[in-house]
Amino acid sequence: MDAEREVLDVLARNAREDIDDIAAQTGLDADAVADAIDALEADNVVHGYQAVVDWDRVDEGKIRAIVEINVELDRETGYEQVADRIAKFPAVDALHLVSGDYDFAVEVLGETMEDVSRFISEQVAPMPEVTQTVTHYIMDTYKDGGIRFEDGDDDDRLSVSP
Amino acid sequence: MRLSDRARDLPESGIRKFFELAEARDDVISLGVGEPDFSAPWAARTAAIDSLERGKTSYTSNRGMAALRERISAHHERYDQSYDPAEEVLVTTGASEAVDLAFRALVDPGDTVAVHEPTYISYGPGIELAGGEQLTVPTRAEDDFALTRESLEAAGAAEADLLVLCYPNNPTGATMTEEEYAEVAAFCRDEDLRVIADEIYSALTYGADHASIATQPGMRERTVVVNGFSKAYAMTGLRLGYALGPTDVIDAMNRIHQYTMLSAPTTPQYAAIEALDRCDDEVAEMVEEYNRRRRLVVSRFNEMGLDTFEPGGAFYAFPDCGGDDEAFAEELLEAQGVAVVPGSVFGEGGEGHLRVSYATSMRELKEATDRIATFVENR
Repeated sequence: MDAEREVLDVLARNAREDIDDIAAQTGLDADAVADAIDALEADNVVHGYQAVVDWDRVDEGKIRAIVEINVELDRETGYEQVADRIAKFPAVDALHLVSGDYDFAVEVLGETMEDVSRFISEQVAPMPEVTQTVTHYIMDTYKDGGIRFEDGDDDDRLSVSP
Repeated sequence: MRLSDRARDLPESGIRKFFELAEARDDVISLGVGEPDFSAPWAARTAAIDSLERGKTSYTSNRGMAALRERISAHHERYDQSYDPAEEVLVTTGASEAVDLAFRALVDPGDTVAVHEPTYISYGPGIELAGGEQLTVPTRAEDDFALTRESLEAAGAAEADLLVLCYPNNPTGATMTEEEYAEVAAFCRDEDLRVIADEIYSALTYGADHASIATQPGMRERTVVVNGFSKAYAMTGLRLGYALGPTDVIDAMNRIHQYTMLSAPTTPQYAAIEALDRCDDEVAEMVEEYNRRRRLVVSRFNEMGLDTFEPGGAFYAFPDCGGDDEAFAEELLEAQGVAVVPGSVFGEGGEGHLRVSYATSMRELKEATDRIATFVENR
């Protein structure tokens, strides 16, 4: 495996690993790890580093919704142009072009359900290319970013075994 | 009640003491665990659940389900091992049963069984229960705990009837290369030794592929290979293993097995079929994670001045603690709440070392190695 891929595998699991620990885990030296991270960022492989947050556990947390959006394109307007306009709204947390019954799957973050509804009805739905939106509010999250949202440690192995 | 002499004389495992010391505290980070921290792949677990829902709760064939034996046989082609699923594979209740059956099938009272040490703790008692006598062959730190012809000769293993091998090794993490096996195989052929090769950690190797003595010239017919699902598929509690070997030995082991166990448990056999069919990717992910932890742990121990050779397999590092390993482990537990197992528990050659299991989350490994570094500085 090349150095960038090894570093990426570690960061994708835990972006807070420091360079020395990544070096220890991959067998690379610290400079090579730093170079790999620089290259991953420069090549837009790594776009940023974020915490995986269970917003339900935060007082005054956030409301999340997945919004299906159908669009109608014309000669001057393609998916890229529409995506560019949708993605500019700060409330849009993630935006994917998808196969199937609708075109875009949009993850929206808001302070309240009302905020999200208003955003969709007042900002997204009126866009000329948008023909339909369906909003699914997320009621509970069990797993995100590959991490199960569970309580603490359930290691029930014997503490010392042969 | 009066006990048999055999039962009365069987010693308590040296692990027990450390288990009790560790259990007495509730703030312990344990690097003393000899099993994976992962759960069995979900697909394998659902196959077990499905089998129960379909009412598959009867005995299987003594030798194990034919569908499972076929898959085990196909699976072992990756190690260049070739065994007929009908006659040369026996599914057992954990690899432990396979080891026990092999001793009972191969050891006569008074026979001598050579065992390299440090090694897994069950072989000695198994040999004793079969009426044999253990001859210890210490392996050496300077050989990275690989077994050499020289150590076999020095220990007088030429007089032995049987040799037990355990590589990748618990507790050292040592592995053997084809070249190292060639030397040991020549010794076995020259001295007419039969072999039980416990290869339960075969899937957990780092850098080099697993090698087996059974693929050396002239060794297949004198070797019983033991393996299982516990370590590779994180299925320790499901208790499923197997033996591979020549028809006559597998027949003999099966005769004992049919009276003592009848068949391995049915539910885990369904899980194992699914594991072999569909869980290679998950095993590969576990191996990658173990590998990252292995490198971190080895580099941290070497940084703190406890010399640690690079283990090629299993999920153990075996640092040299520079003195009394039992005292080190007890004081470390007392001072820093970190449990490790003293190397001497695993027999001759283990003294002065610690078995450190990295089958624990990266976060705990970092915290534990920080605490050990503090302990070493203040000691």
